[in-house]
Amino acid sequence: MWHQVFALIVKELLAVLKDRKSRMVLIGPPLIQLMVFGYAATFDLDHVPIAIYDEDPSAASRDLIARFTGAPVFQEVASLPSAHDIDALIDARRVAMVLSIGRNFTRDLLRHRPARVQVIVDGRNSNTALLILGYANSIIADFDQAWMRDHGRPPLPAVLDMRARYNPSLSSQWFIVPGIVAVLTQVVVLLVIGLSVAREREAGTFDQLLVTPMRQIDILLGKGLPGLLIGGIEASVIILAAILWFHVPLRGSLPALYLGLFLFIAAVVGIGLMISSLAVTQQQALLGAFLFMVPSITLSDFATPIANMPPLIQDLTQVNPMRHFLAVVRGVFLEGATLSSLWSHYWPMALVAAASLAAAGWLFRKRAS
Amino acid sequence: MAVDQVSAQVQRGAITGLIGPDGAGKTTLMRLCAGLLRAEAGRIEVLGLDVARDPAGAQARIGYMPQRFGLYEDLTVQENLDLYADLQGVPAHARPARYDELLHLTGLRPFTGRLAGRLSGGMKQKLGLACTLVRAPELLFLDEPTVGVDPVSRRELWAILDHLTRAEKMTALLSTSYLDEAERCNAVVLIHEGRVIGADDPARFTAALAGRSFHVAAEGVGKRPLYEILSQGAGILDATIQGAQVRIVTEAAGPPQAATLLPDLPGVRITPVPPRFEDSFVALLRQRQSATSPRSGRAPALAAATEGGGEDVIVVQNLTRLFGTFRAVDDVSFSVRKGEIFGLLGANGAGKSTTFRMLCGLLPPSGGRLRVAGFDLGHAAAAARGRIGYMAQKFSLYGDLSVMDNLRFFSSAYKLRGARRRQRIAWALEEFGLGPVAAATSRDLPLGYKQRLALAAALMHEPDILFLDEPTSGVDPLARREFWRRINALAEAGVTVLVTTHFMEEAEYCDHLVIMAQGRILASGDSESLKARFRSERRPDPTMEDAFIALIESAAAAQAA
Amino acid sequence: MAFLLPAFLLLIFGYGVTLDAHDVPVALVIDHPDAVTASFSGKLAHSPYFSPRAFATIGTAEKAMADHEVTAIVWLREDFTRKVLSAGAAPLGVIVNGMDANSARIIEGYLQQVWMNWIEARAAERATPPPLPVAVQPTIRFNPAVSSRDYLIPGLIAMIMTLTGALLTALVMAREWERGTLEALMVTRATIREILIAKLLPYFLLGMGGMAASVAMAVALFHVPFHGSLAVLTGTSALFLLAALGMGLLISSLARNQFVAGQIAIITTYLPAFILSGFIFDIGSMPAPVRVVTHVVPARYFVSILQTVFLAGDVWAVILPNALALAAMAAIFLGVARMGARKRLD
Repeated sequence: MWHQVFALIVKELLAVLKDRKSRMVLIGPPLIQLMVFGYAATFDLDHVPIAIYDEDPSAASRDLIARFTGAPVFQEVASLPSAHDIDALIDARRVAMVLSIGRNFTRDLLRHRPARVQVIVDGRNSNTALLILGYANSIIADFDQAWMRDHGRPPLPAVLDMRARYNPSLSSQWFIVPGIVAVLTQVVVLLVIGLSVAREREAGTFDQLLVTPMRQIDILLGKGLPGLLIGGIEASVIILAAILWFHVPLRGSLPALYLGLFLFIAAVVGIGLMISSLAVTQQQALLGAFLFMVPSITLSDFATPIANMPPLIQDLTQVNPMRHFLAVVRGVFLEGATLSSLWSHYWPMALVAAASLAAAGWLFRKRAS
Repeated sequence: MAVDQVSAQVQRGAITGLIGPDGAGKTTLMRLCAGLLRAEAGRIEVLGLDVARDPAGAQARIGYMPQRFGLYEDLTVQENLDLYADLQGVPAHARPARYDELLHLTGLRPFTGRLAGRLSGGMKQKLGLACTLVRAPELLFLDEPTVGVDPVSRRELWAILDHLTRAEKMTALLSTSYLDEAERCNAVVLIHEGRVIGADDPARFTAALAGRSFHVAAEGVGKRPLYEILSQGAGILDATIQGAQVRIVTEAAGPPQAATLLPDLPGVRITPVPPRFEDSFVALLRQRQSATSPRSGRAPALAAATEGGGEDVIVVQNLTRLFGTFRAVDDVSFSVRKGEIFGLLGANGAGKSTTFRMLCGLLPPSGGRLRVAGFDLGHAAAAARGRIGYMAQKFSLYGDLSVMDNLRFFSSAYKLRGARRRQRIAWALEEFGLGPVAAATSRDLPLGYKQRLALAAALMHEPDILFLDEPTSGVDPLARREFWRRINALAEAGVTVLVTTHFMEEAEYCDHLVIMAQGRILASGDSESLKARFRSERRPDPTMEDAFIALIESAAAAQAA
Repeated sequence: MAFLLPAFLLLIFGYGVTLDAHDVPVALVIDHPDAVTASFSGKLAHSPYFSPRAFATIGTAEKAMADHEVTAIVWLREDFTRKVLSAGAAPLGVIVNGMDANSARIIEGYLQQVWMNWIEARAAERATPPPLPVAVQPTIRFNPAVSSRDYLIPGLIAMIMTLTGALLTALVMAREWERGTLEALMVTRATIREILIAKLLPYFLLGMGGMAASVAMAVALFHVPFHGSLAVLTGTSALFLLAALGMGLLISSLARNQFVAGQIAIITTYLPAFILSGFIFDIGSMPAPVRVVTHVVPARYFVSILQTVFLAGDVWAVILPNALALAAMAAIFLGVARMGARKRLD
């Protein structure tokens, strides 16, 4: 049996590696995408264009403005002479925020009356808007405390002392780059190995396989193991790049990561083989793969948190292997997770892998019509 | 190089056939003529226009029907006609009369409201032709219009073409790999490996070989050993099996002497038969490539004839297969004896492929019993599948892999290992002449080599039963002969062969035939007895195709009644 | 297919994709509970963003965070009340799970609000002057409720239309090249332009239909406000679809093989539209070289237009340059595809 499986594996690998276009899919796009997305997929703000409208030019207002322009998050692109242009600038997306300092700013500060500062934010990207507002609030809070200290006012009863665990500088890259390991591995494994059954079926070679003494389990192994090998190498390269290039800390145990990777690829191969066994043509297989891939990435915690989704969709994500592998890869990278702490993510992937592989094996014969 | 130094003329008002096997360069030549490709060198003049310089001008006056005509399958027959009328700029006032004529000619009138996607293969082809003819072109290019079309529809298409050239004075250039169609053309251009090897009136080609075709039979010797001896005989250009006899074409004119032809055999009968177009094509090819392809295929011990009497190795009883409510195979029963070549014939959609797939275990039957070598392959242990060999349609191989890798893979898939595996791979390379191309990527092989490789892969494990699905479609006549010699030898050695084919002349190689239509068996028996049923005064010597069409027509008539 | 696919994707994403945190599980550790800490925990519990759970010790709370049971810890230490009442500046400890940096920042922002509310409420109770010198008046234009759905759904529509437009066209046209069914059309009097238009028009119309269905769903089902004009929406959608179809056509004429065309289409449309279009990640915050790359992603322009047309209205300063960019991309893609698809097969 192993002899046959081995022959199938060799054939599968040869078929992938000898085809120039398949080779390209394996090597080019993943690396380019890793580099582009590693930098592009960030929620961190940087050089957000802002405009300032200061109705009360004074030492105090200049101090506040300096705190804004001095922050790397913001970049002043305009200083407005009147309130007239504020809306137009924001509407045209030339600036994302306008800081408007009220007419009696210094007088109110000195008289212990609330000194008015308006922060006008472009809400078209509500996430950025919230982050900008958060930064603006912290800058103003710092200004408040400095003012109170310098002008002998009593300190606030309590001050926030915020710290972040696992990712102290709150870098998006630390969060996203391990996620890219999962996304790219899935895309490559699904496109290259998962769809191979549909391809063989259209070429007629799948019938040839079915009439040999190979059993379903042999064909499954022969198709699945190259997927594990290719996916494993692909993922390892990206993991290395995450550590060496993006400097994401790897705190947990590698066996825990690779067990997760193994189960994840097995599940993706299973789903891919299942889709391509169900499909009659390559076109259907591609659309099927696409219809699986898009929701599986979107509903995986990759960019948008599952915790924010409605409960029904949260339950639905339990059958998404990508969700569990993301938890494993991020857990191992950032939280230092170990084998024992990740069981709750291993078994759902194992279950999906077992079910989809069994279904694929069954469909091999069932759909041979 | 797809087309190399071709020079030819097409006569106005005639049907010219472009005849050659797949990969000969027919489609490329057609596309060149239609202005879809540009030639690297040379000049093509269509209706007095230089195609390379003015493709649009030429295209405005020609009609071109490619192999896969771009019918809109979601539109009805009428809507397709309207669309092409629009595209061809046919004025509205001219349409009703033209539609009327075309619908009458193609017999599609009852189906104008039907979606093109739901037409049968033959009807689609006729609709494609009608769309091409919607603006009566002066010159019609038809690229393999009859490929994949059953014999009945094939005859109808030819009737339409005859009418067009005779009544409408249209000129047609038609490509085909069916050699029997050449005889219907006014002129033929024979093309092989991108070069023209002959161009003339087909009757003259045939006449050149007059008096050189004979039927040979010998008392007490089976057709297969006889065929094997004759294929290697000196002075013999071509040998094929025809029913119970062997048909030969000699190198020299005049009847051969039995004593020189078969010196050791008593009771040899030699009867002259009329020549066929195919004879001349084979003769031309033989002259060209006498050395290139291995004419070997050494038959194993001729003496070990297992003529008849073997036990049944395939038994099919009341086999039925439903797709939804559609009965693709309906209550079919037959049996195949050991060492027999058994043919499964039928039009497209007759159920022969479905039956074939059920026998191989690729499709579970809905009802009935089915035993292959004592097993039902659909449920049998993997080991049972080790006893069969399977050669799929279009010679399915792993195109990205080399010949050697393919052989390695299939030998392992069939559980060969160690010394035996090495020995069988060596056998395959040697026996099929694949040694020189062992490292070549199999996708780039010429079709004939692909066919050999596919057969070699199916024979790696020396199976008891061999399943062949359309094993010779598209390959040139020499490769086809070489292939049948091997199959003949295998059957002689006791291998049971089950084959589907739509080449009616190949049915002659089979010991037993089953003709299917609409999921049922219409007739069964050997080719002689089937042909004999349709012998009449009008047709004293019917071909297998005549018999087939007569069978289908009488079945259709019976159903209509 | 071209019709159902967008609706299906929008349904899943519309419900599934949101960045709004609500009821975030927070561990509240109060070493010494009393009236002062109770006033703070009252504010925390009152916030719609948090659902606090009390933990007896910081140790158990840390364990709960490690097990992902809570996302943040608020820790009022032993001496919190004493410091509040005496010297002030009592440290209010907050530990956030920073793994998801974006969520962590948003949670921090919400906590900041709770903290400010508490300080101001205390001052009001005691009738002391406002403790914070500066009063910030935040104004979020176009999306006062800061609902991420309102900004994500227009972007989603752009992404979905890229996918369906480019992928379907690439697959369908690649199949036609592969099968050679275009040959019959090529020898008709129709020009190659007419042939391509004939082939693309049905997909264009289906795409516009899918677009209309998506917009209707966004407004009716997800209650995204629509401030712009239908005319601008229709016009820019048409431009965008042309660009997407052109991209699909270009892919198909380069690959001429369904499998490769599908692979290229999936790789070049889905992830770039997801990550590089500004649909979810802010383009302005990307490093300069990556920002340059985003300019070749047609979805980028359409995302910007849709977010504006939905939430802000017909702001020509946004619409015009983006529409021009789309028109240019459509012209380039279609032009190159047109050149590649001469009326010959070689």
